Amino acid sequence: MRTAFLETLFELAKADERIVFLTGDLGFSVVEPFARQLPKQFVNAGVAEQNMTAIAAGMALSGKIALTYSIANFPTLRCLEHIRNDVCYHEANVKIVAVGGGFAYGALGASHHATEELGVMRMMPGMTVVAPADPIEARLATRAIVAHPGPCYIRLGKAGEPNVHEGPIDFELGRAIQVRDGRDVTLLSTGGMLKTAVGVARRLAERGVEARVLSLHTLKPLDTEAVLAAARETGAVVTLEQHSIIGGLGSAVAEVLAESGLPVKFKRIGLPSAFSPRVGSQQYLEEQNGLTEEPVLRAVEGLLGR
Amino acid sequence: MLPTPELARRIRRHSVLMTSRANASHIGSSLSMADLLAVLYGEFLRFDPQHPDWPDRDRFILSKGHGCAALYAVLAETGYFPVERLETFYQDGSPLAGHATHKDVAGVEVSTGSLGHGLSLGTGMALAGKRDGKAHRVWVLLSDGECDEGSTWEPALFAPHHRLDNLVAIVDYNKIQSFGTVKEVLDLEPLADKWRAFGWGVREIDGHDLGAIREAFAAVPFVADRPSCIVAHTIKGKGVSYMENQLLWHYRAPRGQDLEIALREIGEESQ
Repeated sequence: MRTAFLETLFELAKADERIVFLTGDLGFSVVEPFARQLPKQFVNAGVAEQNMTAIAAGMALSGKIALTYSIANFPTLRCLEHIRNDVCYHEANVKIVAVGGGFAYGALGASHHATEELGVMRMMPGMTVVAPADPIEARLATRAIVAHPGPCYIRLGKAGEPNVHEGPIDFELGRAIQVRDGRDVTLLSTGGMLKTAVGVARRLAERGVEARVLSLHTLKPLDTEAVLAAARETGAVVTLEQHSIIGGLGSAVAEVLAESGLPVKFKRIGLPSAFSPRVGSQQYLEEQNGLTEEPVLRAVEGLLGR
Repeated sequence: MLPTPELARRIRRHSVLMTSRANASHIGSSLSMADLLAVLYGEFLRFDPQHPDWPDRDRFILSKGHGCAALYAVLAETGYFPVERLETFYQDGSPLAGHATHKDVAGVEVSTGSLGHGLSLGTGMALAGKRDGKAHRVWVLLSDGECDEGSTWEPALFAPHHRLDNLVAIVDYNKIQSFGTVKEVLDLEPLADKWRAFGWGVREIDGHDLGAIREAFAAVPFVADRPSCIVAHTIKGKGVSYMENQLLWHYRAPRGQDLEIALREIGEESQ
């Protein structure tokens, strides 16, 4: 996803000199071509995320489309008040980009586990929050946030994730993408968990359960119509995210369902509000937290009473 | 444009009346920077109150947002909005909040109130201006207490590295912060040397000597290709004898006899 983002941004920036890319001293071996070819549109802010964020706001208020780039929690939680006051309050055209969402940097330790930032960013007034599922979505999401006036946050994975979508997709901020249709249950996924959702749906199908799968790449604004349609038409909804079950996709969907009055079975699958006691690869931490196909499958079947 | 001493006097008078009416804090902080604001708006800043978004305007950022009574006052006196609107300071439904607020207040570039934001915002504007080959300047007024914030020193490091000679930081060094004197709370000395060490062109002036302020403002950038820092030695509560150098007047609003004395000392219209 990182590569998809950088390639797309590079292409956009060549055609629009308003685009400026600020990095918090990260991007070794991948950002250099941008820095070399578009020096007037590149800023290395150093290891200073608060300053980077407010400088981006100041540049945006001078007519720029400013992107801040760092990894894990550094471009979000580290400089949260600068995002709230300097970016959001001024409706500044700033795009916050984090590489390494969820457990992408699992072995690097709790400091690098980005597992609460979607919820925190959702709470920022006027912030659009996006977590693409694969490189195909990441490319289109990059174009969409740059074209969208106002504050955006995009959570990327790292490099080398497989494409989950098998063909071309229609990508629109705030519109869920239906990957698979079904009438028995809906799996709502955000970010890279789409791959797991699709795998689980396939296994459910083998057992005679037809699952609808939606990629909710935009957490805010949430596609409430798609969520309500899922509840009405399939009667059971499961959310899937590599994020705390507090504040993220599960919470957002729960808010919509609770107010809808619809009779619906509902289950949030995500992370407990706790630090991971051990480090490890993304795969390992997914296993430890019940985010792989097998435990998700069991959870869905449990919800359906099978 | 009013003569600068009269502009300074009006800023003080409005600030006293606004804080009194609103029973608001921070009158001492407004009074310490009144002379700096008067010289800046009266003689240096290029702006057009009829077109607040004029792209080539100079930018002014009040990073010490709590001193906003003085800012609103100078904006009203320079034609951004009617002076009568100052009476709505702090009132229900008013856009004139107790910390500098841009929403629906023409002339306020950015909202502040949390310390340690303004210099970064101004640095971003200065960087954008540089990259676009623009000639305007960005002026940022900071408090001394605000220099406790680590986020003040991030742009302090950044701006000289990027040769932002279109950026001016003014520190309103009134030597009193929220809970005591700067010396007692977190000593900043040697303050000018700190800015110098970060790569700024620095001057120290008496922040109430209009001639000295004028001379410093006219001389920026002090060092070629460098941002400029003016350490303005000021007196908290300047212009009202019983407020001067008193921590109490970071908080208390002048009312009753206090108000009468303040207005008498600030004086009547001189023209």
